[in-house]
Amino acid sequence: MRWFWIDRYTEFISGERATAVKNVSLAEEQIHDHFPGEPIMPNSLILEGIAQTGGLLVKEHGKFLERVILAKVTKAIFHRKAAPGDTLIYNTVIEQINKEGAMITATSHCNDELQAEVDIVFAHLDERSEGKELFEPLDLLTWLRILRVFEVGRNPDGTPVVPPDHLLAADLKTDQLH
Amino acid sequence: MPTSEEIFEKVQEALVDALGVDDDEVTPEATLVGDLGAESIDFLDIVFRLEKAFDIKIPRDELFPEDILTSAEYVQDGKVTDEGLAKLKERMPFADLSGFEESRAVQDFGQLLTVKDMCNYVASKV
Repeated sequence: MRWFWIDRYTEFISGERATAVKNVSLAEEQIHDHFPGEPIMPNSLILEGIAQTGGLLVKEHGKFLERVILAKVTKAIFHRKAAPGDTLIYNTVIEQINKEGAMITATSHCNDELQAEVDIVFAHLDERSEGKELFEPLDLLTWLRILRVFEVGRNPDGTPVVPPDHLLAADLKTDQLH
Repeated sequence: MPTSEEIFEKVQEALVDALGVDDDEVTPEATLVGDLGAESIDFLDIVFRLEKAFDIKIPRDELFPEDILTSAEYVQDGKVTDEGLAKLKERMPFADLSGFEESRAVQDFGQLLTVKDMCNYVASKV
């Protein structure tokens, strides 16, 4: 199973907030195994999608150099189920961010109805785990492009969010191989 | 300048939200780790909430003096030396360290911090 729990960003304001879309489909495996006979999107994977939405926002703020991990889910309230055919809209807002981590608040909406409310604390891994990367640079860059971060992404001053040089370097290396 | 009651109320709210405890559990005497069940990652959450609530910056080493507690200069055989204790008092004038002076065991330090200490710390920053 691929661990992609959002389909694309529709808004991405560096260091501030991001909105992502998740379309729930009957073709997805997890829908069938959660409650056999009652296909619903597991709340844990909605939470993961919200964490991906906010986590990449936090990671972009650190120019993709920090290793960002989900440290704590302070609040997770689910108001209704999400079923095949539903489109979930995840809104995430950075409340606080510093060199140690970040705190975000988030909502999930379905048809303009509040589906979930979530607070998450992310931590930046420190020097004790130096050398352990969470992503291959090219994999990360490809994922960000698929999610349209560099199409919809804007800095607070309105300029576009661009991939940092250290990720582009991985891309160049691949080009040279072809 | 907020009153001490206002500071306590905001600290209480931050701890209730971060730790999932009830209002009445957050008394001035309650210890964050022992009584309220705070774990290490909760402190990052608490710091974020206090920074937001009071619009202050909280450097990590002011509330959690790990550098002192892991220093060979200030810790011997797992216990804080006289110099180390003096350094802790200097760094954390807001905290009541009297309960720590007897054991001085580094492993006990995390149990010390009370809600009142947090309020005193915030009062020194606003």
